[in-house]
Amino acid sequence: MGYDPNNPMEGRITDLGPPKYEKFLPPVIKNNKGKWLYHEIQEPGIMVHVSETGDEVYTVRAGSARLISIELIREMCDVADAHCDGYLRFTTRNNVEFMVDSKDKVGPLVEDLKSRGNKFPIGGTGACVTNPVHTQGWVHCHTPATDASGPVKAVMDDLFEYFGTMTLPAQVRIALACCLNMCGAVHASDIALLGVHRKPPMIDHSRISGVCELPLAIASCPLGAVKPAKAEVNGEEIKSVKVNAERCMFCGNCYTMCPAMPLADPDGDGIAILVGGKVSNSRSAPTFSKMVIPFLPNTPPRWPETVDAVRNILEVYIKDAKKYERIGEWAERIGWEKFFEKCNIPFTDKSIDDYRLAYDTWRTSTQFKYTSHIK
Amino acid sequence: MPKHDTPLLDELESGPWPSFVSDLKRQAETKPECWDILGQLELSYKDKITHWKHGGIVGVFGYGGGIVGRYSDVPAQFPGVEHFHTVRVNQPSSKYYTTENLRAIMDLWEKHGSGMTNMHGSTGDMILLGTRTENLEPFFWDLTHKLDQDLGGSGSNLRTPACCLGQSRCEWACYDTQEACHHLTMHYQDEIHRPAFPYKFKFKFSGCPNDCVASIARSDLAVIGTWRDDIRIDQASVKEYVAGNIPANGGAYKGGDWPAFDIKDEVLDLCPTDCMWMEGDELKIDNSECTRCMHCINVMPRALRPGTDMGASICVGAKAPILDGAQFATLVVPFMKISKDNDFEELIDFIEQVWDWWMEVGKNRERVGETMQRIGLPTFLSVMEIEPLPQHVKEPRSNPYVFWKEEEVPGGWERDVAEFRKRNAM
Repeated sequence: MGYDPNNPMEGRITDLGPPKYEKFLPPVIKNNKGKWLYHEIQEPGIMVHVSETGDEVYTVRAGSARLISIELIREMCDVADAHCDGYLRFTTRNNVEFMVDSKDKVGPLVEDLKSRGNKFPIGGTGACVTNPVHTQGWVHCHTPATDASGPVKAVMDDLFEYFGTMTLPAQVRIALACCLNMCGAVHASDIALLGVHRKPPMIDHSRISGVCELPLAIASCPLGAVKPAKAEVNGEEIKSVKVNAERCMFCGNCYTMCPAMPLADPDGDGIAILVGGKVSNSRSAPTFSKMVIPFLPNTPPRWPETVDAVRNILEVYIKDAKKYERIGEWAERIGWEKFFEKCNIPFTDKSIDDYRLAYDTWRTSTQFKYTSHIK
Repeated sequence: MPKHDTPLLDELESGPWPSFVSDLKRQAETKPECWDILGQLELSYKDKITHWKHGGIVGVFGYGGGIVGRYSDVPAQFPGVEHFHTVRVNQPSSKYYTTENLRAIMDLWEKHGSGMTNMHGSTGDMILLGTRTENLEPFFWDLTHKLDQDLGGSGSNLRTPACCLGQSRCEWACYDTQEACHHLTMHYQDEIHRPAFPYKFKFKFSGCPNDCVASIARSDLAVIGTWRDDIRIDQASVKEYVAGNIPANGGAYKGGDWPAFDIKDEVLDLCPTDCMWMEGDELKIDNSECTRCMHCINVMPRALRPGTDMGASICVGAKAPILDGAQFATLVVPFMKISKDNDFEELIDFIEQVWDWWMEVGKNRERVGETMQRIGLPTFLSVMEIEPLPQHVKEPRSNPYVFWKEEEVPGGWERDVAEFRKRNAM
C-alpha cells in the first residue's frame, strides 16, 4: 500500500499538523517546564538552567551552516544518541543544541563534538557574533541578487573568533537576505547584508503574453514605473509593458509578478550593508537597520569587500561602544555622522532616504556634530 | 551523474566555519544529484547570477501550499536538479526532536529527495531542498501515513506559526508559547493548507519582550509575553551581584575585558524609565513607571524575575520592506491573558476579527500592516472594537486633519445653503 497515481485521493490523509512537541522534550525539560529559576552561561556555547526542583540542564550550542545534508543531521543524531538520550533541538538562528541532565556529561559531549573536525563549532551565546540568519541565494532561489551560503561562510570564517568567545559590548546579530523580498528579514539586524539589483528589468516581449497578467505586472510597481505599451514580435503588434527606468528603485516586485521582466545581472547585482537594527525591547525599542554602504560587488567565492566591510564596522564598534550597547544604540549615542567618520565609510546620497516617509529621517534641528564631512 | 569541477566552490572548503560545500560533497557520495547542485552553483559563482527559473506551481492534491516549485534553467548540463522543488515540513514547537523522528524524516528525504535541507527556514519549517514533481505525492503519502506529519504553509495563506522555546527552558516566558503555537497551528490547519487570504499571514509567539523569534519584526500577529504586576526581587541575590559573586547578564560577558560589576552603571543608569534605585543595599523599583524592557532582568537573572500576573501584548502588522517599506508590528492589545484553560479563546476571537476585516478590505498582495496603514489605525481600532489608548501611539498626531464622523458633530452635515445665505451674504 502506498500512493496510487490512478486513485490519487484514495486513502489520503490531510491536516495532521506538526507532531505534538511534548513527545520530543527530553525528560529533564519536560519535568521542569515552567519551573526554571535562572540560567548561567558557563563558558561560550555552554549554558546551565536551574529549576526550582533542583534539577539542572546543561546545553551545548553548536553552529551550523543551515544548508546541511541528511548525513550531517544523522551525525547530529549520533551525538544525541551517545550523550543526550536521543534528544536535540535547533534554534531560530540555525544552531543545534545538545542537552544533558548533569554536569559530568558535559565534558564527554564537548569532546565528542570537538573530535568531529569543524562541523560543530561551539559558541553562539552571550556577547558574541551569533550564527547568521540567511536565505537561499544561488543555491535555490529564483530572484536573488547574491548568494547566501557563500558570503555567510566567508564572513563567519573571518569572524570565527567572535562566535566562540564573549568579548563584544553586546551580542551582534548578522543576517543576510539575497534580495529585497528579505526572506531572511534582515531589516532589524545589527549588521544586515542585503542582495540588491541596480539595473531595471528587461522586457521579454516574446514571452510576456504567455506568462504574465499585464495588469498585475503594471500594478506591481510601487512607483508606477511600469506602463502598458505595444511591442512588435515577429512582425505582429502585441500588448506588452514598458519601464520608466528613471523611476525604478530596483525592488524586483515586477519580476516576482511577471517572469518576462528579469532584472538580475552580474554587474548590476551586489550587496548593500545596513546596520543598527534590533528586535529586542531591552533598554531601547526595536529599530530598523540603516543603509550605510549602498553597494559592494558580487565577488565569489569569498566576497572580500563584504568581509572587510563587516569586520571594519565590528572592530570600530568593539573599540568604541559601552558595555550592553548594541550597534544601533552605539550609533545613536555618538550620532550617525560620527558613525560614518569613525568607521571611515564614505557618506553618499544613497544613505539619504527619498522613499515614502523619508522626511522622518531628515534632520530638522540645529543639533549636530562637526565631523570631517563638513568642509 | 558525473562530478563537476568546482574550483570556485572548493575555496569555500577551507576556514573554521562549517563548510556547506564539503557537506554537499559528502552527501553526493550517496545522493549523486548533489554533484549537480554543486555544478550549477559553481556556474552561478562563475556567471554571478542565479540559474533557477522563475517559479513553477507544483503541490500535492488538496493543498495550496507547502511545496515551492523550482526548475533549473540549465537542465541539460545538470539533469539532477532539473526539478528542484522545496518541501516545507511543519516543525514541532520550539524545534525539539527525538533522533528517532529526525532519522525517520532523513530516511524519507533520502528516498524521495536530494538529501539536502535547511534546518530551518526563516518562518520556522524544516526545509527539504530539492525533489522532482513525481516524488511529491509519494513523499506526502509517506510523511502522513508513516510519520503522522504534515506540510507547512506557503503562498497567500497562514504561514507555519513559530515560537521561542518558552517555558520549556527559559525562566522568563510569561505564557506557554509552545502550547499556544501548537494549539493555533492545529486549530488553523485549513488556513495553513488552503490559501484564502489577500497575502501571507504569520503568527509568532515570544515568551517575553526579548522576543527571541523576532515576532515584532516578522509577524503579522505577534504575541509577546509580558506581565502587569511587580518584578520579583530576591534582595539576597542582589547583594551577591553587587559583591561580584554572580556573573552579570547570565555570564554573557565572561572573557570580556570589563571593569567589575557596578549596579549603578550597568542596571540603574541603563533603565529607560529611571524607575530603579538603591536604598542602602536594597534594590527598589517603582513598578508603575516600568515599561518591562527586560534589561535589569537580563543583567541579574538570579535576583529579578518577571511578575506573576502574566500574559501577552498583542502587536499587529510587521513585515519586511516589499512594498511600502519595512514595518514593525503595532501594539494593539496591551495585555491579554493567554491560557490553554479556555483554548486560547480570547486570542482566537481577536485573530478572526482581524482576518474578517482584512479579507474584506485587503488588496491583492497587501499585508495586514499595509492595510492598516492605508486605512488608518483609528479605523482599524474601531473595526476591532478596541478603545483608543495613548499606548497605541508613540506620540499624538501633530497635523490637524481629523476624519470627523457626521454623528460626532452636532446637527450632522446636512445644511441648507439658502438659509446660510440669508444670514451670511456672499
